[in-house]
Amino acid sequence: ERTNLSGVRHILLVLSGKGGVGKSTISTQLALALRHSGRRVGIMDVDLCGPSIPRMFRVQDSDVHQCDSGWVPVYVDQDKSISLMSIGFLLEKPDDAVVWRGPKKNALIKQFVADVAWGDLDFLIVDTPPGTSDEHISTVEALRPHKLLGAVLVTTPQAVSVGDVRRELTFCKKTGLRVLGIVENMSGFVCPHCSECTNIFSKGGGEELAKHAGVPFLGCVPLDPQLSQSLEEGRDFIQDFPKSPAFPALAGIAQQILDGTSQQS
Amino acid sequence: AELSELRSRLQAVKHTVLVLSGKGGVGKSTFSALLAHGLAADEAKQVALLDIDICGPSIPKMMGLEGEQVHQSGSGWSPVYVEENLGVMSVGFLLSSPDDAVIWRGPKKNGLIKQFLRDVDWGEVDYLIVDTPPGTSDEHLSVVQYLSATHVDGAVIITTPQEVALQDVRKEINFCHKVKLPIIGVVENMSGFICPKCKKESQIFPPTTGGAEKMCQNFNVSLLGKVPLDPRIGECCDKGQSFLSEAPESPATSSYRDIIQRIQEYCDQHHLPEEKII
Repeated sequence: ERTNLSGVRHILLVLSGKGGVGKSTISTQLALALRHSGRRVGIMDVDLCGPSIPRMFRVQDSDVHQCDSGWVPVYVDQDKSISLMSIGFLLEKPDDAVVWRGPKKNALIKQFVADVAWGDLDFLIVDTPPGTSDEHISTVEALRPHKLLGAVLVTTPQAVSVGDVRRELTFCKKTGLRVLGIVENMSGFVCPHCSECTNIFSKGGGEELAKHAGVPFLGCVPLDPQLSQSLEEGRDFIQDFPKSPAFPALAGIAQQILDGTSQQS
Repeated sequence: AELSELRSRLQAVKHTVLVLSGKGGVGKSTFSALLAHGLAADEAKQVALLDIDICGPSIPKMMGLEGEQVHQSGSGWSPVYVEENLGVMSVGFLLSSPDDAVIWRGPKKNGLIKQFLRDVDWGEVDYLIVDTPPGTSDEHLSVVQYLSATHVDGAVIITTPQEVALQDVRKEINFCHKVKLPIIGVVENMSGFICPKCKKESQIFPPTTGGAEKMCQNFNVSLLGKVPLDPRIGECCDKGQSFLSEAPESPATSSYRDIIQRIQEYCDQHHLPEEKII
């Protein structure tokens, strides 16, 4: 039976137990890097309270339209190589709080999974809110019948983050979700004035966790003001700043995901 | 009936402050922990810190209480004490392993939050600080509902300077308006970084749309202060130490102290009416 996800080759979740570690950032950069390697990518943003994805592509004012098979995702540009779905597009006023309890959130997530006409995609990246609650349970349940590749877990280096991400690993184990690897984000800051490196949020916790948990370590991404600025402006960091400190790590993560999928097939 | 149970338990709480943000990872727990330490520096004050982040409970680690368990007594659950006058409660104390995940839907989370408020024997409390998870969902609705059994002074809202954070924090401000929760003010965290070597400043999280300052102007809420990044803050959180004690000379410490004082002044201005409950 053909569904709206039948044309999607791989579905990948971006998770973290912890908030503010860079899930949406990594989702966005992964999508851009995969697009630059010739892939068609979609992002499903299931963070209903704090939807960050639309602004990161400068399409926060776009609307969602209907077609015969359901909702048309929002295309980032003319060549339609990146498409998005987020509650951010459905809000009348961007500052309106979505004050929903679990059941209402679950219903919308089911709709995002069943009713968005994604078409043919190489990758569908699912960006999630922090935690292990309604959104996560519902998303995994709804995606189970489809081609779920696995999850990328994002942490920052310090113990307080790693402590939450350990619990997310347990969530993956309990729900049978394959862990593609761990990304250690905000891993060191190189001063643009004097090149001194400061570990503002400590260092190494993500790598240690990957070792301890026996999952692949996908790399350390440093703090990079040009990356933050690109996200603020909805710019394509991968295209515009290939010499910036965060670029090699982000490109490396995308390559490992691609290598992982070519091994599969 | 539910509320009256809570009312009797919470009647000995003089001031309640919620620490909120629409956005994750901006420093709510860090701030809650430091606010607790700051207020408890006055040994005459009794401070309670309640962590209602059920999925990602950071408070035990930050307070140096990892591995502690909750004990029951005739009068209810005992908070875990950091100091004689500083007690803490978190789901973290109920989990037996650091790998244990709390994979609960909304209703179960609400149930635990109610238990925390109803069954914990806080005793006489001058300040109850409630640390929350990011967002505007079950936990937030429920805690506001349950706390209507007592007097809530207001919310302190934490943000970082960049628009990606502010766009979520504006929603939180609107949430507060919607549920009639007064806003004590906003704290802008991670506000600039001074390189320890060359002393030049970098805006790692750039305030491209005017930062918290502009947002506070637009929403007519108070900006309580800005706190710069300092690697020792994260270190202290990881080690369970108070950054205020470990790095008293840091610019971040003076910012935090100023903010804590403003919060205290706000609470002192709003006296509980003398109520005799017969």
